[in-house]
Amino acid sequence: MKVKLITGRSLQQGVGKEAGKFSQEYFNNVAICELDPNDMEALNISPGENVMVKTKFGEVVLKAVKSAHSPHKGIIFIPYGPWANLVIDPETHGSGMPNFKGIEAEVFPAKGEKILTLIEVLEKISGGK
Amino acid sequence: MEETIHNVVCTVCGCCCDDLEVKIKDGRIVEVKNACAVSLSKFQNYNNEERIVKPMIKKNGEFKECSFEEAIKEASIILAESEYPLIYGLSLTTTEAISKAVELAEALGGVIDNTTSVCHGPSLIGVHDIGVVTCTLGEVKNRADLIIYWGSNPVFSHPRHLTRYTVFSKGKFRKERKERKLIVVDVRRTATAKMADIFIQVAPNQDYELLSALRMAIKGEEIYLDEVAGVPVNKIEELADLMVSCEFGILFFGLGLTMSLGKSRNIDAALSLVRDLNEKTKFLIMPMRGHYNVTGANEAIAWQTGYPFAVDFSQGYPRYNPGETTIIDILNRGECDAALIIGSDPAAHFPVSAIKHLTKIPVIIIDPHKNATTLISKVVIPTAITGIEAEGTVYRMDGVPLECKKLVEPPSGLKSDEEILTEILMSVKKLKGEEKLYE
Ligand code: SF4
Repeated sequence: MKVKLITGRSLQQGVGKEAGKFSQEYFNNVAICELDPNDMEALNISPGENVMVKTKFGEVVLKAVKSAHSPHKGIIFIPYGPWANLVIDPETHGSGMPNFKGIEAEVFPAKGEKILTLIEVLEKISGGK
Repeated sequence: MEETIHNVVCTVCGCCCDDLEVKIKDGRIVEVKNACAVSLSKFQNYNNEERIVKPMIKKNGEFKECSFEEAIKEASIILAESEYPLIYGLSLTTTEAISKAVELAEALGGVIDNTTSVCHGPSLIGVHDIGVVTCTLGEVKNRADLIIYWGSNPVFSHPRHLTRYTVFSKGKFRKERKERKLIVVDVRRTATAKMADIFIQVAPNQDYELLSALRMAIKGEEIYLDEVAGVPVNKIEELADLMVSCEFGILFFGLGLTMSLGKSRNIDAALSLVRDLNEKTKFLIMPMRGHYNVTGANEAIAWQTGYPFAVDFSQGYPRYNPGETTIIDILNRGECDAALIIGSDPAAHFPVSAIKHLTKIPVIIIDPHKNATTLISKVVIPTAITGIEAEGTVYRMDGVPLECKKLVEPPSGLKSDEEILTEILMSVKKLKGEEKLYE
């Protein structure tokens, strides 16, 4: 399904961040993708199942969460953090600011696939150990 | 021994709430009053297992604990030997520490940037272009009868903003919720939108169009369309009427404007809208600055260099050119050969291409806690936590400076960011030979 990806702050992300970047709380609150309930139905995904988000810049597996801020058909939300980084647009268009919001993306069900840990994300970026 | 410290400044978000009450017993914080959930989480967790108490240097891929002297020496050698070092972070520390970091960047002939470049950088660029009509949060609290949050969700990002300064605050002339109108413009029905009198759902990346349509409506020009940016034109006209007829309006805008397509152009449009509105009523505008001292980083760097962020000293004088001298661009182009990070976690918040370059160069990090960036660093220097274990000046989002306090002692041996940066600066000057700096 083609969607627009928004990344942003969430209260849980803020609380998780203060609890520690390696805490389970941070992982649970940040390695997620919020979807519109109708989009979830169309994709045949239940809350808690994994989804894969793909953009021109990369892909990432995340836990699907039913958005509490719907309706926003065709928009998915990932909290700021290491997982969102894998799919955002690094181009700054001469402004210094990459595109963190409004990125063209595709989302797929990915039931069997694993969500990377923070350390695995960093290893993936640096090209493995 | 038990004591309660009043008027404590919270060092989390740009609200810089200065009314916390912290109870201390036997040198430990036992109770915090008036704090929001995020602030409480900070007070409860600042000394958790992710706290670093010993400096470390990475050798052959393994971290080895070392003394502060060794860590400062190693950091200074890396910086002094690099050709184009980058200093970054600085929104989670005191203005005094930021000031030292600027001196260091100048001594090194490097670049100094702060987190502004990935939050409200486009806002400052917009302000350079258009200018800004703004005020303090106190005025908003006392007078505002129309409050707009555009691309900002303060219930999550600045939890007490609404109760301390806007709709739920008790001002001198506006005392009750019903004396104020709240409008939220966002791409999703956020927690803040749910409290709004009017919620406008704008299509992603189309804020510029909506702002422009509002400007037309305010000038009384006809819009020959049914909808703009997913919003029916009659709703836009209704909004324009509300804006024109208020007595004291304020537009708070967040990263929904700065991070979406258009970036500084969106801010140009918002600033122009507010300028237009001032022909008819009183209207002001303010960016929702995120970290507690990101405003201070802009202030201090601007006093010393003339520019608020992304300042390059490689030519021997300060240069500022966002898009060229901003951290993401420097990293994307793979230009810097060392980095000093102060109170920030770029490895957790930057696009992959930028992080990749960071993993290839020696990184020095000054931070109280382990994070994604400490993992990829060569030198880790732990520090006392500003606002809890170290004091100094911070700037609230409206530019009001506040003194944050030292409440308890840091774990033994830990110094403040300011002290650590001063030591690195002295050591770098020695290595470079003072006289060479002022040739
Ligand atoms: S709103 Fe911000 S400054 Fe105020 S207590 Fe919460 S985190 Fe701290």
